[in-house]
Amino acid sequence: MRKLRAWLVRLWGLPQQKLQDQEFAEEIEAHLQMHIADNLRSGMDPERARREALLKLGGIERTTQAYREGHTLPFIETLWQDLRYTTRQLRKNPGFAVTAILVLSLGIGATVGIFALADAALIKPLPYRDPSRLLVVFGSTPLGSRFHLSFPDYYDFKKLNQVFSSFDVYDPNGFVLGTPTGAQMAPGARVSAGFFRTLGVAPILGRDFAGGEDKPSASRTVILSYSAWQNRYGKRADILGQTVMLDGNPNTIVGVLPRNFHFAPAEPAEFWTAEHDESSCRGCHWLFGIGRLKDGVTIQMAAANMTSIARQLEQQYPDSNNSQGANVVALPDVIVGDIRPLILMLLGGAGLLLLIASVNVASLLLVRTQSRKREIAVRGALGASRRRLLRQFVTEGLVLSASAAAIGLAAADAAVHLLTRLIPADTLASMPYLQGLGLTPRVWAFTLTVSLFSVVIFSLTPIVSMSREEMRAGLTEGSRSASGTVWHKFGANLVVVELATAVVLLVGAGLLGKSLYRLLQVDPGLQPNNLATLALSVPRENYSKDPQVIALERQILDRISALPGVSSTAITNKLPVGDGDYTTSFVVVGRPVHSEHYEVAYRIVSTDYFKTLQARLLKGRYFTAAEDATKPRVALINRALARRYFSGEQPIGMSINYDGAPADQAMQIIGLIDDIREGPLDTDARAAFYVPFDQHPLPFFSVVARTSTDAQSLLPTLTATMHQVDPGIAAFGAATMDQRIHDSPPAYLHRASAWLVGSFAALALLLSVVGLYGVIAYSVSQRTREIGVRIALGAQRGMVYQLILKQAARLIAVGIVAGLVGSIAAAKLMSNLLFGTAAWDVFTLASVVVVLGTSALVASYLPARRAASVNPLEALRAE
Amino acid sequence: MGENDVWQGTLALMILKTLESMGELHGYGMARRIEQISGDRLIVQYGTLYPALLRLEQEGYIASKWGVSDNNRRARFYKLTRAGRKQVEKESQRWEKASAILARFVSPNEDTL
Repeated sequence: MRKLRAWLVRLWGLPQQKLQDQEFAEEIEAHLQMHIADNLRSGMDPERARREALLKLGGIERTTQAYREGHTLPFIETLWQDLRYTTRQLRKNPGFAVTAILVLSLGIGATVGIFALADAALIKPLPYRDPSRLLVVFGSTPLGSRFHLSFPDYYDFKKLNQVFSSFDVYDPNGFVLGTPTGAQMAPGARVSAGFFRTLGVAPILGRDFAGGEDKPSASRTVILSYSAWQNRYGKRADILGQTVMLDGNPNTIVGVLPRNFHFAPAEPAEFWTAEHDESSCRGCHWLFGIGRLKDGVTIQMAAANMTSIARQLEQQYPDSNNSQGANVVALPDVIVGDIRPLILMLLGGAGLLLLIASVNVASLLLVRTQSRKREIAVRGALGASRRRLLRQFVTEGLVLSASAAAIGLAAADAAVHLLTRLIPADTLASMPYLQGLGLTPRVWAFTLTVSLFSVVIFSLTPIVSMSREEMRAGLTEGSRSASGTVWHKFGANLVVVELATAVVLLVGAGLLGKSLYRLLQVDPGLQPNNLATLALSVPRENYSKDPQVIALERQILDRISALPGVSSTAITNKLPVGDGDYTTSFVVVGRPVHSEHYEVAYRIVSTDYFKTLQARLLKGRYFTAAEDATKPRVALINRALARRYFSGEQPIGMSINYDGAPADQAMQIIGLIDDIREGPLDTDARAAFYVPFDQHPLPFFSVVARTSTDAQSLLPTLTATMHQVDPGIAAFGAATMDQRIHDSPPAYLHRASAWLVGSFAALALLLSVVGLYGVIAYSVSQRTREIGVRIALGAQRGMVYQLILKQAARLIAVGIVAGLVGSIAAAKLMSNLLFGTAAWDVFTLASVVVVLGTSALVASYLPARRAASVNPLEALRAE
Repeated sequence: MGENDVWQGTLALMILKTLESMGELHGYGMARRIEQISGDRLIVQYGTLYPALLRLEQEGYIASKWGVSDNNRRARFYKLTRAGRKQVEKESQRWEKASAILARFVSPNEDTL
């Protein structure tokens, strides 16, 4: 305890050393003066009195030195010295310092960044009580195993199961929210009353749903998410008891959920209401189950129990429950099951990268140690103990690692935020666990561990390479050591692997980048510039009759065309470049009944739709404004449909009909257009037919408007205009067509993977080049004398270049060839990610070879130049 | 270890003991006092006193402040702290025990042999 106190006092004394030295000088001075005065009094002459006093003290310098040592901590003093020495060393050789720190910080940055991702998604516990005991219960059919449950089935599962201590359901569908400025779409979910209790989550404000609050007779209540409370109500405490209009019904706010709460399967969700729709329809599936396992029950037992209940229901209700099974999945697997392997793979890759980076820096250190042999031997000869010299190496490792860790942390933080920006907002919202992404304490601890690991590597490398004998023999420039040769071989092999890896990653990034480019170059069959789009949700109860819907359409189109800057506008039941939903089967009138199922997309569009999109008419004509229900029914088809179902025939003039519709509903084909991409851009154009809105009015549609200026600036006006038409219309998904294309899932997928692979490729390229430099420079440092002899015997500089570059070229060639073979194999593996790009895309392969070859040659040129400039006299004199 | 050298461990005890009997004292005064008490049999290199004083102060057994000496000189005065008083007690007992044990070895009685 006392020792600790003394230590702390000493530590505290460090910065005040100057002041304390002064005080002590004064104290000694006082001491001497008193002693001299006493001596004088006892009759000594002044000269003798002073000498005697000094003698008795034992010398001012010696006393002061002894005092100072007791004053501060010699260990820290030495450390400070070492640190200063290290900084001087590093500054003397900035090329080495910058390269080593850069390489290492990239390695640390990548690893820490990916770890932060893993921490947020996989390590941080989900915000529920005992999350591993929660299971999601899906309905399963022969088509798949993650479908919905029906309400009656849910009740039976709840009643009959023996494995769950509680069982509830959720229905992740949003609401139309009534606001003073008009209706909006608001994300949310409907849940059974016990849902939050099953999760083990309690509201931070107000109360949870009470049992029975989910009965149709109960009054409607709603619980807010923390973000809704914050963003929509400014975190006001008096929010409880207020009313929110959801889907046209008033709901009383009874609670607010905790800030860290999220439930990814239903996110984003702002409003949580109790499910009131107690449907008795056993064939209507729209719910997902969630259950908490009883103590001692395993997931396998739960699966078996649910399956047996499903089988029992199947026998009991053969009409609705034929081949309806049940499937249980642990909630954490539902939430992060998809990205877990991806993150683990990335973490592995980043770890490998860090290892390679560390070995590379170690090899640079080795080169440096070789050139410092003499300095170290001199220090040893001047009396530095071996321990002191080793400590110097550890300090240097510490400085390198600490600088690299600091930069790496900053880089990781930036990279992680860049990553979240690469993910489109919608996708990000469905991954709420990424909100905690950042430099958490766990990430700090991880960084510390990783840095310590590199400190160990960096201090051991020079220590091991400089054995006891060598430290002494350094003055005479000993011959090549056996350990040097082993290292050289290992280093050379490692460089080949690094180069090959870099080739594979560069080719991958190149192919993905090219795919993205190709994808964005796909002709969507429309002119995407200056197109604004907006999806609408119309309150059905006010527009249940066709004339009402048509009147609404007219009003909307009139209002939009009147907006400044709008040159034409139209509506459609589904915007292009989407998921390509809204399909139907159809028949060709007059053709014999076919066994083949004709499934195509159908689009209900207003008259100016094709003009607004600037589609290309191949044959026939577009719809006219007069073509409504009183006129003969007509349709347009696209080229894909014509090619698929009318090959060799002239489709115009023929008639088609919805499968199973009455014959008088048949539509005559009046025109053929070039394909508009109704589905995703990375698949073939979907066969589609188009019908006039006025002949098929539908109260669910989207708006497109062509503008003469920037479409982006029209978006807010467009939403406001819809609310002027009817405040009950909810407008959502406002975006320009360019944004729709740019953010479409395939484009996002390609962009994200191109970035990811590209970043890794850039790191791998840098690492391999640095590694190559390290190996060649080491070999040059080992061969200095040999080269000196060669030059002394008359070798030209050019020959020395050749000697070194040949050695490098061999490594580069082997690395590149191995990499090319590997990358073609890898490209085949990821061929389903490639779009319009062959796995052996010559341009990409050639570019990679040129980029890598050039950088590698530059990296080996530097040591070659040093070799060629060896002064033969010096090299030989060292002997 | 010469006869005149101050035995490191005992110096601290001497300092503490001196301060206990004399109250406040500066370094020079303490050196003279120790010399005097030892009956001039112990020649202290006065300089060795200061690191020992520093150590005791760091451990919190003594405290120091600047004051004015008898001949009107600015000097640093040391005095015991409460922890120091306890430490004198403890160290004295320990020392007595240790010297008693040692005494039995150095000048053994008939009955211990």
